[in-house]
Amino acid sequence: MNAVVRVQTWIDERFNLAESLAPLREKTVPIHKYSYWYLLGGITLFTFLVQLCTGVLLLLYYRPTANEAFESVQNITNHVQFGWLIRSVHSWSANLMVFCAFAHMFSVALTKAYKKPRELTWVTGVFLLFLVLGFGLSGYLLPWNTRAYFATKVGTEVAGRVPLIGHMQMVLLRGGEDVTGATLTRFFGLHVVILPALTVGMLLIHLLLVQKFGTSVPVSVLTQWQQHPDQRKEMPFFPNFFLRELMGWYIALGCLVALSVFFPWELGNKADPFSSAPPGIKPEWYFLAQFQTLKLIPSRILFIDGEVLGILGFGLGAGLWLGLPFIESLLGCRRGRWIRVGILFALAYLMIMTIVGYMAS
Amino acid sequence: MSVARIVSVLVLLVPCSIGMRSAAQTTNVCVECHATLQGRLKEAVDDSAGSVHGHKGMSCETCHGGNSQDAAHAKGPGSGFRGHIKREDIPELCGSCHANAERIKRFNPSLHTDQLAQYHTSVHGMKLAKGDGNVAVCTDCHGVHNIRPASDPTSPVNALNVAATCSRCHSNVVLMKSYRIAATQYADYSASVHHEAMMVRGDLSAPTCSSCHGSHGAVPPGAASVASVCGTCHVLQAQFFDASPHKAAFPEGCATCHSAHKIKRPDDNFVGLAAGAACADCHSADEESGKTAVAIHDHLKSFETSVNEATVLIDRAARAGIDVANAEMEISQAMDALTKARVRVHSAQLAKLDSELTAGSRVLARARSEGDAAIRERNSRRKGLLVPVIVIAAMVFSLGAYIRELERNSDS
Repeated sequence: MNAVVRVQTWIDERFNLAESLAPLREKTVPIHKYSYWYLLGGITLFTFLVQLCTGVLLLLYYRPTANEAFESVQNITNHVQFGWLIRSVHSWSANLMVFCAFAHMFSVALTKAYKKPRELTWVTGVFLLFLVLGFGLSGYLLPWNTRAYFATKVGTEVAGRVPLIGHMQMVLLRGGEDVTGATLTRFFGLHVVILPALTVGMLLIHLLLVQKFGTSVPVSVLTQWQQHPDQRKEMPFFPNFFLRELMGWYIALGCLVALSVFFPWELGNKADPFSSAPPGIKPEWYFLAQFQTLKLIPSRILFIDGEVLGILGFGLGAGLWLGLPFIESLLGCRRGRWIRVGILFALAYLMIMTIVGYMAS
Repeated sequence: MSVARIVSVLVLLVPCSIGMRSAAQTTNVCVECHATLQGRLKEAVDDSAGSVHGHKGMSCETCHGGNSQDAAHAKGPGSGFRGHIKREDIPELCGSCHANAERIKRFNPSLHTDQLAQYHTSVHGMKLAKGDGNVAVCTDCHGVHNIRPASDPTSPVNALNVAATCSRCHSNVVLMKSYRIAATQYADYSASVHHEAMMVRGDLSAPTCSSCHGSHGAVPPGAASVASVCGTCHVLQAQFFDASPHKAAFPEGCATCHSAHKIKRPDDNFVGLAAGAACADCHSADEESGKTAVAIHDHLKSFETSVNEATVLIDRAARAGIDVANAEMEISQAMDALTKARVRVHSAQLAKLDSELTAGSRVLARARSEGDAAIRERNSRRKGLLVPVIVIAAMVFSLGAYIRELERNSDS
């Protein structure tokens, strides 16, 4: 008996692992023309794991104070062995995670995988996206460079414009009236403790729900299968789908390393709170659509402040997005078709405004 | 009535009486009357209110005499009313306050009081004394009633507006013809590097007319003093020029090569014998000094090219994420050496220029060596990428083959 089998037997005798993993062996994944979209969720999970690993390594050298943050990141990039690679992989992986999370969410929305009984899977997924964006916002400030400092200033100012709770929310985020070292410490705590804890919890619920309800089949494919039962195809989750997912993870890792080597993440100059904001300051690409929208909204619409109206609109949009499965069931099947139009409009709007925001001077 | 009550009534009455008196004092019959008039007579009231004199509490009678408190005798006999001030009297009238240190220091202790004395030494003042009414007096530059401090951007004597103010007369061809002065100075200055610094870059320390000619004591700088005037800002250039063989040869100094008003940004092609080079006006290729001019040009150009090449190298390494902070600092030191060498051009001595460039070359060599090392580091990173890429590609292909094999077996 070789060592691996002996260890497996030892664990099985105590924890009955074979029985616990039995449902995974039973789990199947449908095979159809949209099957590749199923890989996106796994790749998002992979980028999150990369974030955890590289983040822990960065923590060994990073110092979360206004005086030392920039210098510590400079030290990681220039002097720590492979520090440049770890930092660049962390930054690129963060962007890939946001991209994959959006792509996964829109693939779920367009294939209507959120419908009964998977409403809560959708809700936990949307919460996970919000958490991912929170990671982006809080992590962006940590190098304490000029771009991050002023982008955070603008971002937290937008949070401060929310009616009634805006000012309180802004002070809570900033740790005072302005973006200072207190904000950096606060964002650091948020980035390395609070958000990871919430994300791991939410991720476990999300994965449990995915396991419980299985993989969704798009309505069009399902109808086709009902008419032609012989066309129904499935593959075992383990090992067939798992190995495909592993291939996706390897390719993602290759892309991350290549991007990090050819396009290392820029550090810029240390933030100087007393200097004026550099011209053309912009947030990261995943907040550009909202930023551009606020820029285009007139300063006053009727009697309401344009910016406040825009922020309320974002809040309403996020609420509607979160409640998408419930809204569709309320509207019924016939009106539910408009939901797809709405989703396509939201996708087109986000893409166009992001491009416009990127091109804008 | 008790003593306490009397005291309290008096306490209340005192501020009231002060209020009444101050209200009476603010009454100005000149303003009340002129405000109802039209044209220039009304404008004087509006302009005075916003002027520095208005802000300091000076009323019309300070300059025009008369009694601003009594409408019946405002301009009457014994009131001292002077009415319209004659042009030739204006400097003395302004000087009655502005040359009086005792009076001026009550309002602005840091304000100079030598303007009238300087004006008397100026061409404007001397010609006025000879009865020439066309020359500038105080009000031509500062305004009449709407006089604002020179620090106010709307003032005609603010640094940004001085050249335009002077040009009101000095660009007037007809007026200047009678003095045999060219009227092109403002047009020339507008095309100069000094004007660009002042108006485009907003550098208020850049020279304008008064920086070289003086303001109240305005005179054209004599030929011998041109280098001194330029040297107040361009100190090293002036020192090197003074020690050069050109000093004796060119009495007009700086203006010989750079012109007086239309001063362009000189580049390295300004030296040498090529077309457009200032040296070519006097030197030729077959004489030793001409060869020196060509060598100066070539050395500067060659060093600039080296700096640019090293900068490109360092930028490429920086874009690749390699730390090149030291090399960037050395590039900046090399640029300083090039600037010093360009200043040394005024000494017209190749050896002195080369001593600056040699120092710069040593720093530049270090920067280039660090840039090369950074590029080697970048290349080694890219080569190192091959290892994970090969491993990942092998894993992906192996997995693909394994999946195909697995599914082929399960199908069969």
